[in-house]
Amino acid sequence: MGVAHVYRWELAKLLAQKRTYLGLGVAMLVPVVFVVVLLFQSGGPNDILLGRNIRDTGLATPFVVLFFMSIWGLPLITALVAGDIVASESHNGTLKTILTRSLDRGEVFTGKVLATATYTVAAIVGLALVGVVAGSLAWGFKPLRTLSGTDVSAAHGLGLLAGSVVVYALPLIGVAAFGVMLSTITRNSAAAVVGTLMWALLMQLLGVLPGTESIRPYLLGTQFEAWHGFLRVPADWVPVWRAVWVCALYIFLPLALAYVVFVRRDVAGD
Amino acid sequence: MSDAPPVAARGLVKRYGEITAVDHVDLTVERGDVFGYLGPNGAGKTTSLRMLLGLIRPTEGTAELFGRDPLQVGARALDGVAGFVEGPRFYPYLSGRKNLRLLADYDLGAARTRVEEVLETVELRDRARDRVGGYSHGMRQRLGIAASLLRSPRLLLLDEPTTGLDPAGMRDMRQLVRQLADEGITILLSSHLLNEVEELCNRVAIIRKGSIIYEGRLGDLLATASTGYRLRATDPERARTLCLGHSGVEVLPASNGDLRLRGDEDAIAALTVALGQAQIGLTALVPETQSLEELFLGMTGGESADADREAAA
Repeated sequence: MGVAHVYRWELAKLLAQKRTYLGLGVAMLVPVVFVVVLLFQSGGPNDILLGRNIRDTGLATPFVVLFFMSIWGLPLITALVAGDIVASESHNGTLKTILTRSLDRGEVFTGKVLATATYTVAAIVGLALVGVVAGSLAWGFKPLRTLSGTDVSAAHGLGLLAGSVVVYALPLIGVAAFGVMLSTITRNSAAAVVGTLMWALLMQLLGVLPGTESIRPYLLGTQFEAWHGFLRVPADWVPVWRAVWVCALYIFLPLALAYVVFVRRDVAGD
Repeated sequence: MSDAPPVAARGLVKRYGEITAVDHVDLTVERGDVFGYLGPNGAGKTTSLRMLLGLIRPTEGTAELFGRDPLQVGARALDGVAGFVEGPRFYPYLSGRKNLRLLADYDLGAARTRVEEVLETVELRDRARDRVGGYSHGMRQRLGIAASLLRSPRLLLLDEPTTGLDPAGMRDMRQLVRQLADEGITILLSSHLLNEVEELCNRVAIIRKGSIIYEGRLGDLLATASTGYRLRATDPERARTLCLGHSGVEVLPASNGDLRLRGDEDAIAALTVALGQAQIGLTALVPETQSLEELFLGMTGGESADADREAAA
């Protein structure tokens, strides 16, 4: 009950802030810009997954944009809110206002985490939906060629996109969890946003450095590729299930630390 | 309902590294009190209130509100309690009304139905649709009181509620506090404004450098401030002789032709009769008392501010 109230108001607060619209706006604008640029250019992103098929069906657009945005675009959009969600309350002094009401700190924290996750998922879903619509307007809503070279119907392709979005959301929520942790510990919105982005970039960098092959399957950045498993026939569930448990750790550990800090911290003149 | 006092702090200590912001503070606020918590800036008032509200953990000691310790039972300890420390804070991008609705939901009760009522009480209803970011300091203070009243509190903790207000705002805020006290709400009011405490409070505690140096009735404190009487008579020499021989009256050194006397009220009253019977006229008999300000400055060593300590808090 208490968590539901916090969650609802956290969403209301997000909807009243410019940074939310900036994040969601950019997430939805990128696929449109991507499609428009490709309409005016003859080349394409041939060296990435589904890149060669980009003009075959609008369904390929969201997959390609998700790939590009995983490096720093979506982590930045996520960090924008996750890094701010607790720190801004410390900075504005509103934390003491809400912590002297009838809800326990754990309920307040949980509501904030759920709202952050909701925003994160909204950003990916928004990106994917706009991508499908913009791509389909440009190149039609046609069957999708999978990574195994077989074609699946457009409706089936839409189902694969939905599954991919769910799996893609996991590492992004991992980024959000790290942002919430930094937001809670640093009490500084800018530091938490930048720190979260740096951390996400570091995860990506580790994945491409030589000599990191043994840890690569367990890096957060690698999990942004797990959805590729859905685009094979038959589906390859190995990377998907690994993403589930690896991301669970990346989500749970920072949140557990942030929870302890939030529940026990002194709320003084921050 | 328990009979425990609204506020009972025992041996409260808060240390920040080497600095002891609050040093073994005992405080008891009884039902119906308007309790003044007085001290220079940085003496530890706000830190004490933060511990009472469960916002910070005491290094030692306990703080109970109606017998419940926020550290033991969490937010339930604040049932019937409301207030703010270091000025009320709100979401600047939400309207006054939305801020109150949010807080009402955080109270989980029927408070939502009282939003309009409390806006009316603090005379903010006509600005309730405006964003708090555009409110004046005084309006935010009043919204802070409204947010507190939403909880139908039996105890209000107010940290320097008139700080930063213009004279009219201060007057309105004090009237509001008095009105709430008249409605039976127990109030703990921290302040460094002595006239405010003298005007509003029945009991006081004075804190200096983190320690309580006086706790008791304001009247008793002021009574200790009585330094005697100044007497001017038509025949000073005879009057002086008579006073010296009058039991229960002590004649103190004086710098001008007046007599300075010390004695209880009965002895002084008897003396005036005796002077009259001796055909000595009185042109002045004035009780001499220290003001609360003089008392306070005497107790706190004339300290005005020690900002480092509060900054550390």
